[in-house]
Amino acid sequence: MGDHEFQKQEGKILTPSFFVLLSLSLVGLLLILVRCVKGIGAVSNMSDGYPWGIWIAYDVATGTAIACGGYAVAILVYIRNRMHYHPLIRSCILTSMFGYGLAGFSVMVDLGRPWNAYNFFVPSKWQANSAMFEVALCVMAYSTVLIIEFLPAILYSLETSRWRRLQMVMDRLHPFFSPGKDAVLGKISYVRSAAAWLRPRLEKVLIFIIVLGITLPTMHQSSLGSMLLIAATKLHPLWHSPFLPLFFLINCIYIGYSIAILESVISSYAFRRPYEIPQLSGLAGIIPWLASLWLVVIVGDLAWRGQLGAAGRFDIYSCFFLLEFALLGFGSFILFSHHNRRSPRWLFVSAALIVLGGALYRFNVYLIGFNPGKGWIYFPSLAEVMISVGIVAIELLGYQVLVKMVPVLPRIHLHPYSRPRRNITFQGPGHPVAHSPTLP
Amino acid sequence: MAGAGLVTTVATPAAASTDHLPNNDQFGMLYDATKCVGCKACMAACKRVNARPGGLAFEQARFDEDGLWDAPEDLDGNTRTLIKLYKDAKGWSYVKYSCMHCQKPSCVSVCPVSAMTKDPKTGIVDYSKDTCIGCRYCQVACPFNIPKFQWDRTIPQIVKCDLCRNTNLKEKGKPACAETCPAGAILFGRREDLLAEARSRLKQYPKRYVAHIYGEHEMGGTNHLYLAAMPFERLGLPTLKSEAPASFSERIQHTIYKGFIAPVALYASLCCIALRNLKKTVPRPEAELERTQPKEI
Repeated sequence: MGDHEFQKQEGKILTPSFFVLLSLSLVGLLLILVRCVKGIGAVSNMSDGYPWGIWIAYDVATGTAIACGGYAVAILVYIRNRMHYHPLIRSCILTSMFGYGLAGFSVMVDLGRPWNAYNFFVPSKWQANSAMFEVALCVMAYSTVLIIEFLPAILYSLETSRWRRLQMVMDRLHPFFSPGKDAVLGKISYVRSAAAWLRPRLEKVLIFIIVLGITLPTMHQSSLGSMLLIAATKLHPLWHSPFLPLFFLINCIYIGYSIAILESVISSYAFRRPYEIPQLSGLAGIIPWLASLWLVVIVGDLAWRGQLGAAGRFDIYSCFFLLEFALLGFGSFILFSHHNRRSPRWLFVSAALIVLGGALYRFNVYLIGFNPGKGWIYFPSLAEVMISVGIVAIELLGYQVLVKMVPVLPRIHLHPYSRPRRNITFQGPGHPVAHSPTLP
Repeated sequence: MAGAGLVTTVATPAAASTDHLPNNDQFGMLYDATKCVGCKACMAACKRVNARPGGLAFEQARFDEDGLWDAPEDLDGNTRTLIKLYKDAKGWSYVKYSCMHCQKPSCVSVCPVSAMTKDPKTGIVDYSKDTCIGCRYCQVACPFNIPKFQWDRTIPQIVKCDLCRNTNLKEKGKPACAETCPAGAILFGRREDLLAEARSRLKQYPKRYVAHIYGEHEMGGTNHLYLAAMPFERLGLPTLKSEAPASFSERIQHTIYKGFIAPVALYASLCCIALRNLKKTVPRPEAELERTQPKEI
């Protein structure tokens, strides 16, 4: 939790990608407005046969799994006591925070009567038989936990920042509207001292919050699988198993590690930082074992339920099942090689394959393997897709802005194997790799 | 992984659930497809009786403001009962769709805020739009695709048959469809009486019917029962096991969360591990190094 491990990314906030993401977000928000005025049917292709579309299958079921980086890395750091992964944790928690927050936001877009959602807090309305009740409460609690986990970074920035951006804004406004600069600066010193007071106290109890942040995803990620247990007649037997909760739990953990790798590789690339190879190759060493465990359990379950034949039938269901299987198998096969685990390119490719395979599994359970009966078809409408795209854009936008405002990314010169920026060697077009001649 | 221990205790799917027996005192309906003449008077009566503007049961298609024409293709956000005709080379049959009022309803089991309820005495599966959050999990769960959502409305709700609980049943002691049917195809009564009637019809006219009372055992029993001359699968009534899917999913969920012991135990043991790990971690040299360097702003 030491702030010495993290640093702010220097650079402008208003980059071209900022504006692209901003316009995508605005399109999404506009369509959400249409949905609020004209009803869900006006923007989506959902029907009484497919009452859950991509807003649930992607934004909630898959989005929260992709947001499991914080969970998976926290298990490694705090439970398996691998403290050298700690520099990765803040960026993972930040993406988890956005992932979960926006999954909650998508749910509110998807709900038909969201104004009644307060019933989740009315004990007489609680319905413990419902997997969704469990998921909803856990996701709300976990989103709060993630915000608290991220709070030290924000408090640190409040405490130490010179408020350059605020001062710039004030200077620019000055001739037209002068907010009394001294008064504002006086208030800032209050904020600073409040942050300085709160941060050490928060850090003392933070470990209990962090452990809560490991317990809650264990509960709701498995319950996301339990949600489809009831659809015994609608979900294809390839996926409808009493072990759905276990499958979803393992699935979210390997997706979590893979997304931590992807995220680190992409931000190193985009922000021109050295790759965090030692940590990433460590994570990459765990993934193939988890994925193999998962594949074995899946095959074992199919054999036990006598459904192995259904997997080899080469109809549409079996094809999607085999695709999911192939993506995972191939991705983890790459990572079994020690050499590939140290190459940013192979790390990226294999992590992407595994995230795709894991996400496809969740899509298979929530949409592709779901057949409500004859005559029903579903394919998302453009507006429906654009709402999901808009929500993802908000997530990327928030990440991109926050890493430049608060210390989130690992501090470069503290890397055990990397060197300060002046020693960076360049491979390819303008794209730095940590110079690391002494890799073990 | 510590969490995996939670779910490895998942129960194996048992053959049939014994935890719950059908309550034959509850209200039900018996639809005899061989008697139905397909006049759709039940549909019209259902809409007439339940179309009280502003009431919980308000249902009228938007394009049907004058009430002159409304021919729904399927059950929908304005339609709780529907007659369909099935035809093939061997013959034809009408079939009526409406809520099955299951003995162990999936929709009630999955509703996260108790907006779907089953009255233990009457057996009516009812819906409250004042509680509903519109998550549509009931639609995902129902094997008969009965609950319908008003996709076209700004303020939507779920629509399904409630046996005219607040309208005809209260005033005249019978749902509107059963009261109106001119052919006697819809019988309303206690489940026990309906089952006895169905059995006697099967015995009396064995050639007329498929020898099966649909709903007697399906999904742990439904209160809406069917007799027909055709295999029920062809009439759009799915072949179902006698174990209610709700019993299956609740057993797994309750095995994991029994008494909330497992989550608490998981939290406690993870806390112990994490605290022990923190004590083991010695201050790292980087921290010392950091103090001598100017802070990054």
